[in-house]
Amino acid sequence: MIGKIKSFFNWVLLISSTGLVCLFLAIILYDIFSKGLHAVSWNFIISVPTEGMTKGGVLPAILGTLLLVMITTIFGVPFGIACAIYLNEYAKPSALTNIIRAAIRNLAGVPSIIYGLFGLALFVQGMHLGTSVLSAGLTLGLLSLPYIITTTEEALKRIPNSLREATLALGATQFETIKDVILPSALPGILTGIILSVSRAAGETAPILFTGVAFYINGVSASVNQEFMALPYHLYMLSTQHQSIEQVRPLAYATAVVLIVLVFVLNLVAFYIRFKYRKQE
Amino acid sequence: MNEAKLKAESLNLWFGKKQVLKNVNISFPANKVTALIGPSGCGKSTLLRCFNRMHDLVDDVRIEGRISIDGIDIYDRKNSVTEMRKRIGMVFQKANPLPKNIYDNLAYALSLHNTPKDQIPKLIEQSLKESYLWEEVKDELKKPAVKLSGGQQQRLCIARTVVLRPEVILMDEPCSALDPISTNKIEELIKVLKKDYTIVIVTHNMQQAQRISDYVAFMYLGELIELATAEEIFKSPKQELTKNYINGHFG
Repeated sequence: MIGKIKSFFNWVLLISSTGLVCLFLAIILYDIFSKGLHAVSWNFIISVPTEGMTKGGVLPAILGTLLLVMITTIFGVPFGIACAIYLNEYAKPSALTNIIRAAIRNLAGVPSIIYGLFGLALFVQGMHLGTSVLSAGLTLGLLSLPYIITTTEEALKRIPNSLREATLALGATQFETIKDVILPSALPGILTGIILSVSRAAGETAPILFTGVAFYINGVSASVNQEFMALPYHLYMLSTQHQSIEQVRPLAYATAVVLIVLVFVLNLVAFYIRFKYRKQE
Repeated sequence: MNEAKLKAESLNLWFGKKQVLKNVNISFPANKVTALIGPSGCGKSTLLRCFNRMHDLVDDVRIEGRISIDGIDIYDRKNSVTEMRKRIGMVFQKANPLPKNIYDNLAYALSLHNTPKDQIPKLIEQSLKESYLWEEVKDELKKPAVKLSGGQQQRLCIARTVVLRPEVILMDEPCSALDPISTNKIEELIKVLKKDYTIVIVTHNMQQAQRISDYVAFMYLGELIELATAEEIFKSPKQELTKNYINGHFG
């Protein structure tokens, strides 16, 4: 009887915790979508801000964010995967390996504003890249590295050793084993991790603050050494820095909708990849 | 005894501080089936894995002694480990098909060793036939290998080993996860394969050792206790320990 009550109590606890999390998500989404959705239109997406940003759309911010994410991916993914392969496949357990792992875990916990300042010091000033989408992309690449490394390592760990043995026993080198069997098998997990960490990077504001994001750019530029607009910063600016905040509030909400949808679509892709992979198994 | 194909001399192996193989001297005659038997933890699988250097993957392992195939030291740095693994194939306890289709499981093995492309289909068909799998899969070679039944997967793994034309095939309890019918098929296969290959098989199953092997090696606590023909081991073992094990007093 007591066992029954206990398990019922546990059940209630679990359900209510889950419900609470879902409730918060629902409130946030409802707030944003109810206040912002009506301002989102095709025109809002494909036009540039006009009249001191009280009118017009967010096209430069969308393109800026996409370009930024591309640079982040190009920089973060190869290094991240290479590092994870080294740690999981090559590195022997030693004090050094443990230190490297601990360092990576700690990097994941560093506040993003620190990355921003670091990017300012290293890329903008140290490497003379200036405040540009390249500097900002590299900074975000650094920020997402620990996540990419950790998720890739987890994906590699899930590949059973029997597969490594099977391939090696056929006379494959360790490199061939990783390239032909281990990486392809781990790919869905790796992709999911990449998309999630990159979509997280897409929503960051602090790291791009000092490294290249601009208040307003007239027109759209695809050049990597120019300043750029980005959705999260645009949103921050519209909701706190604009001279007529009340007037641009609908635009701020609409920007939030666009940002959320963008990140949501990325997450959906990650979800789809995982789903497809599970079905194959 | 025939000429020794594969040989271990004064082999000692430690996992960390624990010594798992103790001064093992053993040689395996060419074109015969030698079964390694003994109670769990006696080191028979560990010994088997020494012969194609599967312990290279493991940290904290130390190996002393000499292992040779046709007199060539396989742990010598001068000799390529990949070339050696091609000569000494291995079939594992749990079937481990690669996450590719049936055809590509074998094609991949061949491609690792620069087999001319035009020969690959012929070689694959041949080794699938030799492994008695051809009739079951010839119409669905593009099917993912993991969709095959357990017994079929294991025969695929044997085919994948055979397609490389190794000289020695190591088998680590290849039937332990299979039903009696699949086991029977693989045992028949082993009897055919020994015409062309030197086979070393680890088995828990005394009847199996009796059915398929020419020689039997009995191991106990990391030591080789006795190596003789299957008939001698099962009818008139020389060592008291072997006799007790065969008669089921322990193990």
